[in-house]
Amino acid sequence: MHSNSAAAVGTSNAFHVEKGNYYYGSVLAVRDVFLEIPEKKITAFIGPSGCGKSTVLRCFNRLNDLIPSARVEGKITYRGVDIYDKSVDATELRRRIGMVFQKPNPFPKSIYENVAYGARINGYKGDMDVLVERALRGSALWDEVKDKLKDSGLSISGGQQQRLCIARAIAIEPEVLLMDEPCSALDPISTLRVEELMQELKKHYTIIIVTHNMQQASRVSDMTAFYNAQATDKGGKMGYLVEYAPTQTIFNNPSQVATQDYVSGRFG
Amino acid sequence: MTATGPKAFIPDEGIAPDEFEPNLVGRYKLDKVFAYASWAATIIGLVVLAFLLISTFADGLPRLGSSFLTSFPSRNAGRAGIASALAGTVWLLLITAAFAFPIGVGTGIYLQEFATDSWFAKMVEVNISNLAAVPSIIYGLLGLMVFVRILEPITGGRSVLAGGLTLALLILPVIIVATRETLKAIPDSLRIAGMALGSTRWQVVRDHVLPLALPGILTGTILGLSRAIGETAPLIVIGAQTFVPFLPTGLRSSFSALPIQIFNWTSRPQEAFHANAAAASIVLLVVLVSMNAVAIYLRNRFQQNR
Repeated sequence: MHSNSAAAVGTSNAFHVEKGNYYYGSVLAVRDVFLEIPEKKITAFIGPSGCGKSTVLRCFNRLNDLIPSARVEGKITYRGVDIYDKSVDATELRRRIGMVFQKPNPFPKSIYENVAYGARINGYKGDMDVLVERALRGSALWDEVKDKLKDSGLSISGGQQQRLCIARAIAIEPEVLLMDEPCSALDPISTLRVEELMQELKKHYTIIIVTHNMQQASRVSDMTAFYNAQATDKGGKMGYLVEYAPTQTIFNNPSQVATQDYVSGRFG
Repeated sequence: MTATGPKAFIPDEGIAPDEFEPNLVGRYKLDKVFAYASWAATIIGLVVLAFLLISTFADGLPRLGSSFLTSFPSRNAGRAGIASALAGTVWLLLITAAFAFPIGVGTGIYLQEFATDSWFAKMVEVNISNLAAVPSIIYGLLGLMVFVRILEPITGGRSVLAGGLTLALLILPVIIVATRETLKAIPDSLRIAGMALGSTRWQVVRDHVLPLALPGILTGTILGLSRAIGETAPLIVIGAQTFVPFLPTGLRSSFSALPIQIFNWTSRPQEAFHANAAAASIVLLVVLVSMNAVAIYLRNRFQQNR
């Protein structure tokens, strides 16, 4: 069902997910998730709508805590620490595990303030100008906005806004970057820029990306997890992990028929 | 794909054009009838309002002068003024705002941002909707019991403070609902973005949600306040005075208010006092219209910023 991923790509693991079952209220949304997410690699989650890719992603920074009915079973460890343990502070965890969302969502503040905000609330004492420039260079946006840092974050294009969100996320020096369909609202050129940026970012960060775009998964990722959805008795959908392997294997030589059908475009 | 289904779509056997009957003439006729009917409904309301305004202005304008605004009540209608009533209304306005704004906005923030989905929040929510529908005279009775009688050592009995507190209670539901509605309109993506950076809930509310919501909250508060200053019944119940020959000297001072003064003057037999009432109504209207204008200005600025 899943191969020994860390050995396959030759690195240590960031996340380790065991027997993950994720509920909204009494509804089981995703079942039987086993994952080993390698450090400083790009791991892609693919699968049809409703298969629970985003649900699993949002467990890694405990963003699902904000939904009162969400419930997690099983174990998720990050660098050996159970992140759902009582001793782990979710706010601190979220500083270390940054996130970029499907729709660019800059704060309605200046470009500078967007980047500086996370550092400010986390008590950054260094030179803010340096930090902002560093983060904007890191997200390949600096040259485009260096003369209008005081303009609203909402005044730039969608692709620039998404890179601003990436700058905002990396400004607080996270260890992991979760990306929830970061390119689905972008045009192909902006998408390409973000993909190039991801290759750059993976030198420093562990990246997990949810995507509906299979070409994107095959282009950018090292590991790929394929989720599928099955209809439930109550008319809902329940997701489950079908196969998790190096991206090459998933796209060229998958072990499951469902994976083969999905990546070759026969369904979904 | 069953051929036996009664409504199976068979493209080759299209529906014949003569099976449609557009009846355009009849439909346009009905269209016109409804246009006229809705126009008439609008006009009826406008005519009544215009009549009210014109007669009030005709009666009141000749009486309106600077001495009317600065004189105290008098048995002589020609020398009577609204100084103490206007001052009382301003005092009430400030006291009401000082209590209703922080409590109402605080409650709204708690219910919308912190206590989502708990049974306590749901219970409070149902009660607030009910409170908003309670007649104002009931609030007057409550104010009489609590602020005038029980809390007399603090409020000084039938004082401007007791009046302001009663009105604050009256408009609390309005402010809470306005606050919640405004907060609801702020997109969740902002909150999630803040949380994902390691903000606490309060940091998200303070830094991202409130700055966007403030104009909307202020608009709701002002509309609530303009309801409060027009209220007469609760003030009568808690014992606002109709003959106050001095300006309020403190929170525990007895007081009058514009609606009380108007009510008193209209109930007198002499024509001259009726003119005074009309003039005082104009002053009250001007205060109300300017408050609503501020509310509209704030709302427009809010929409531009979004």
